[in-house]
Amino acid sequence: MSGPLLEVEGLWKTYHAHPVLRGVDLKVDAHEVVCLIGASGSGKSTLLRCVNLLEEVDDGAITLDGDEITAPGADPDEVRKRIGMVFQSYNLFPHMSVLDNITLAPVRVHRRGRREAEERARELLERFGLADKAAEYPDRLSGGQQQRVAIIRAMACDPSLLLLDEVTSALDPELVTEVMGIIRELKDQGMTMILATHEMGFARDIADTVCFLSDGVLLERGPAEQIFTEPREPRTREFLRRVLASRRL
Amino acid sequence: MTATPDTWVKSERQLARERARRRAGIRNGSLAAASTIVFLAVVVGGVLASPGWPSVQDKFFDWGEFKGAFPDVLDGFWMNVRIFLIAEPVILVLGLLVALARGLRNPLFFPLRALAVLYTDVFRGIPTILLVFMIGFGLPALRLQGLPTDPAVLGGGALVLSYGAYVAEVFRAGIESIHPSQRSAARSLGLSQAQALRFVVLPQAVRRVVPPLLNDFASLQKDTALVGTLGVVEALRQAQIHSAEDFNYTPYLAAAVLFIALTVPMARFTDHLAARAERRRAPGGK
Repeated sequence: MSGPLLEVEGLWKTYHAHPVLRGVDLKVDAHEVVCLIGASGSGKSTLLRCVNLLEEVDDGAITLDGDEITAPGADPDEVRKRIGMVFQSYNLFPHMSVLDNITLAPVRVHRRGRREAEERARELLERFGLADKAAEYPDRLSGGQQQRVAIIRAMACDPSLLLLDEVTSALDPELVTEVMGIIRELKDQGMTMILATHEMGFARDIADTVCFLSDGVLLERGPAEQIFTEPREPRTREFLRRVLASRRL
Repeated sequence: MTATPDTWVKSERQLARERARRRAGIRNGSLAAASTIVFLAVVVGGVLASPGWPSVQDKFFDWGEFKGAFPDVLDGFWMNVRIFLIAEPVILVLGLLVALARGLRNPLFFPLRALAVLYTDVFRGIPTILLVFMIGFGLPALRLQGLPTDPAVLGGGALVLSYGAYVAEVFRAGIESIHPSQRSAARSLGLSQAQALRFVVLPQAVRRVVPPLLNDFASLQKDTALVGTLGVVEALRQAQIHSAEDFNYTPYLAAAVLFIALTVPMARFTDHLAARAERRRAPGGK
């Protein structure tokens, strides 16, 4: 099909009359990796949560694969079947084994056979170096392992779009790279992804497009190289200068 | 000599430290034992030395009375156990259903939600003994066809209504204690609201409320004695009958011993579950 996979137009979101997103426009093509950067509270996470309909939008429209998912009659459960999401704090289900975490949605939502779902889950665990953890409970895993399981859990539903909300922010520095590795691998397979991230080096490395958000406005958007080497907007420049000063780039 | 990880020989300093710890351990143990003995001596001595003790011993601790009443009281206690065993599962189901009804967000179910709120408010507010009277004596007075008239059933029903309200609140607290991010994660995977509740929220909530539920059930075990006020011959009632024969209260002691024998194992089991949950939360625990 032609046209972007995801299109966000004039998106507004307010919390108690406080605007968090103010007319955001965003286009994401199939197989594109988009990184959202910006200070805490700039609206990155809220934008992702709106795309997954975990938040009700206050104005504007979001279109996925040609269907408007924010239309009044749209079924959020149907939309979420096509979009995967990974959270900062992993949010694995602590009462289920790794394998059950991964197969829950394929079995209950996508109506796949348990055997088939488990086979696929084991395949994914194998590929991402977690084959020996299938029977473990989340509490027994390191943060990096938990987050990799969370990514696998989202991927097990074969989403056409993956949303990653600051997935390395809660991790110890030495565990960040193992999570980044899995995301890079997904990019190589052609996965369409939107990442909200504070890891500028990673964003620069993996993103096709980088978007800078400031106070709920998508201020600047461009190829990663351009944003990081010659940002047009003074606010972008200022943000990157401060990040650089904190040696996170 | 420098100890390497392979050849660790405890240093003099460590050996001295361990000797000191052992000495402190022995000292603590003897102190605890001594203070317990003194405490018991004072309490027992105080009771035995009190001017009324001979008559209390006669009225409450008469071994002959105890032996004579025990078989009948035990027989009555079987009724308490039966009421408890039947009421408990019904209370669990009722409590869970009421808790779930309170969580319904669909406007279609508003009446159900309102009813659940009304139910918990009313039945938690009424003293249990009053409820036992109202249902035990009031319901049969209506002379409606098909209503049970057996006082044990009516009394058990009153306990179910009263405890159902408490248990509903326990379940609700458990459900609300599960972090919203768990629901978000479930919904983001495409699970419907009901599926998120069924597979993600409820299993965690139920695990969390097992200790408070068992606490409520220890309380229910004792409150089965309230059914005796309707004339049902259970442990307390049997004790009453025996004690009325010669105004000796020892049969009540027999009933008390039986109730304790039932609730103490329950309390220990609750502690055991709580301790296990605590260990699981600890890093590296299973």
